[in-house]
Amino acid sequence: MKKILLVFILNIFLFNKSFALIEIDITRGNLDPLPIAVSPLYVDIKSENYEGIKIKELGEDISKIIEDNFKSTGLFNPLKKEAFVQKPDIAHLKPRFEDWRLIKAQALVTGKLLVINGKLKVEFRLWDLAAAKEMTALAFTTTPSNWRRVAHIISDKIYERLTGEEGYFDTRIIYVAESGPKEQRVKKLAIMDQDGANTKYLTLGNELVLTPRFNPTNQMVTYMSYFRNMPRVYLLDIETGTQEVVGNFPGMTFAPRFSPDGKKIVMSFAKDGNSDIYTMDIDSRVVERITNHSSIDTSPSFSPDGKFIAFNSDRSGLQQIYVMRSDGSGVKRITFGNGIYGTPVWSPRGDLIAFTKMRKGRFYIGVMRTDGSGERLLTENYYQEAPSWSPNGRVLVFYRETKSGSKGEGFTAKLWSIDITGYNERRLKTETDASDPSWSSLLSK
Amino acid sequence: MIRSLIYSITFHSVLVLLTILSLPFMLREPIDLPPIVSVELIQITDKTSIPYAPKARKIIEETKKKEEERLVSEQAPPAAKAKEKPDRIPLPNEMKEEKKIIKKKQNPEEVKPEIRQSSEFEKKEIVDTNEIAALIDKAKEEEAVKQTKTDKITQSTQKNSFATGLTLSQEDALRAQIFGCWSVPLGLPYDENLLVRIKLQLKKDGTIMKSEILDHQRMNKPGQKFYKVLAESALRAVRLCQPLKVPPTGYDKWKNLQLNFNPTEMLKG
Repeated sequence: MKKILLVFILNIFLFNKSFALIEIDITRGNLDPLPIAVSPLYVDIKSENYEGIKIKELGEDISKIIEDNFKSTGLFNPLKKEAFVQKPDIAHLKPRFEDWRLIKAQALVTGKLLVINGKLKVEFRLWDLAAAKEMTALAFTTTPSNWRRVAHIISDKIYERLTGEEGYFDTRIIYVAESGPKEQRVKKLAIMDQDGANTKYLTLGNELVLTPRFNPTNQMVTYMSYFRNMPRVYLLDIETGTQEVVGNFPGMTFAPRFSPDGKKIVMSFAKDGNSDIYTMDIDSRVVERITNHSSIDTSPSFSPDGKFIAFNSDRSGLQQIYVMRSDGSGVKRITFGNGIYGTPVWSPRGDLIAFTKMRKGRFYIGVMRTDGSGERLLTENYYQEAPSWSPNGRVLVFYRETKSGSKGEGFTAKLWSIDITGYNERRLKTETDASDPSWSSLLSK
Repeated sequence: MIRSLIYSITFHSVLVLLTILSLPFMLREPIDLPPIVSVELIQITDKTSIPYAPKARKIIEETKKKEEERLVSEQAPPAAKAKEKPDRIPLPNEMKEEKKIIKKKQNPEEVKPEIRQSSEFEKKEIVDTNEIAALIDKAKEEEAVKQTKTDKITQSTQKNSFATGLTLSQEDALRAQIFGCWSVPLGLPYDENLLVRIKLQLKKDGTIMKSEILDHQRMNKPGQKFYKVLAESALRAVRLCQPLKVPPTGYDKWKNLQLNFNPTEMLKG
């Protein structure tokens, strides 16, 4: 009897097994940008006027900045507002998900703002339309003149929620603004928001300036300019406008960059045709020699953990990229490809090094792993160089010179950005010609 | 004697009557058999490549159009919904400090790991396989171990066959449908294990009755932002795709379905 019972149970068990769960592997999807609807922010009727700001249009203006930010990533497709199915105030309270899905949106951004007692209060919500639920909701209070930054911060929060990566919209770019003919080029330090707004000039253009770089807190900038007709590394406080020459070197110093903790500046010092890499502690002014070689060592860049430095050197004959420990030991060549390599910049993620490569008269911007493997050339042109990373290590900004004029006698220099996948190459808006960009870290961090 | 005979006849008559009334088949009408129509049996794989006759295509397209139109009108917003009171949703907390962010409400529906450690589906499977196998025979324990091993987070290598409910062409059709609906988040790292397993319970028409991410507790762990993003995108794809293209027969075989989303190949380019 017991045996029969066991056989019976076994049969049931095996019968269930015959209806084994069907598993289907999904290894592909579409690469189209995510359709997202950014509803204009509803302006509360209690809002008061504020000097110089059109309060009624503020909701539209903020949503426009968010839309433009998303469009610039290449990862999102903001839908046209004409297709929107709900008014901003109602949509913010309770969106009709099924209606928004009809216009093929997968995510929806709604918001509301109120200007009262000289303060701007903004709240926004991000909705997952397929799941019919709220994904995130945040509120900010600031001075009304900060409304552009609020739009960038909202963009960052949404970007982070939808991609898992930190955003890079609430950031600035410092660059060299150029004007005038090639022989008498005027070069000034300029700073702008990453979307090209709020441009400010930091120097007058009396002296040439080159290679500006932010410190980790974005308050200081180091760059190269001329002091008594000698190229020297400078330090500029953006808040106060004070600037000073870095160190008392008996020769020219150039290619400066901050260490990840912001306490040191690493740079090249050239004397008698030889250049080596040095660091200087900003507080104690103690100078330390890092490389000691008869070749030209330049363009140093710290790894994000501060343990390594990437630089380029012609010690093997042609200019190539090398990596060493931050004390100068363990120098290792990492590029062996055809062509000349320069301007290595370590990614903020720490996984890649961006570089400029020159081969057969063409210039390339590329990335490779920190051991030199996996080289990928992202973009190629007549002349382009100086890549700089976005704070999330996703996008590179660089400058490109192109010939202009009917006979190609002139040239223009502009800033461009490209995704590390090699897609989404875009020109950044600048008031003048521009070169040597450097991307700040997130301002709201 | 006569008396007992009468009793006997009466009782037997009652019993016969009760039997007639209680047996429903006695009341059934004769089955109306339809005339026999000869059909040609073909494989589904062949069938999918047969184009519709022009006339039939026209009719199908017209019907589809009508359905779509009807769908729009059904989903039109009710007037009352727009009049909902604003105070239904609480206002975000105001802040005194400038530029400081208040986290108001994130993922209201998310499940805390301590409350729900494993999915209902997983629990059922554990009971069905391991416990019964242990009861039957110790030898069966080995089989149970094998079963648990296949449940681990690895991509399915076993191809589905007729025995499991879907033919290869049906499986391909379903896969192709989901490919189209899945917007892969392009910012994901390609060197991480980001396999998302979603278990579905389907209705006969292919709409989703229940969907569940099998490793959902991983979504809320710190440092798993990318996994969360991927899982959400996969769920979105499934919801956008419904009704899924399922076969008209064999519902019991495919009513439970597991989709393994793995973007690694795509992200590597």
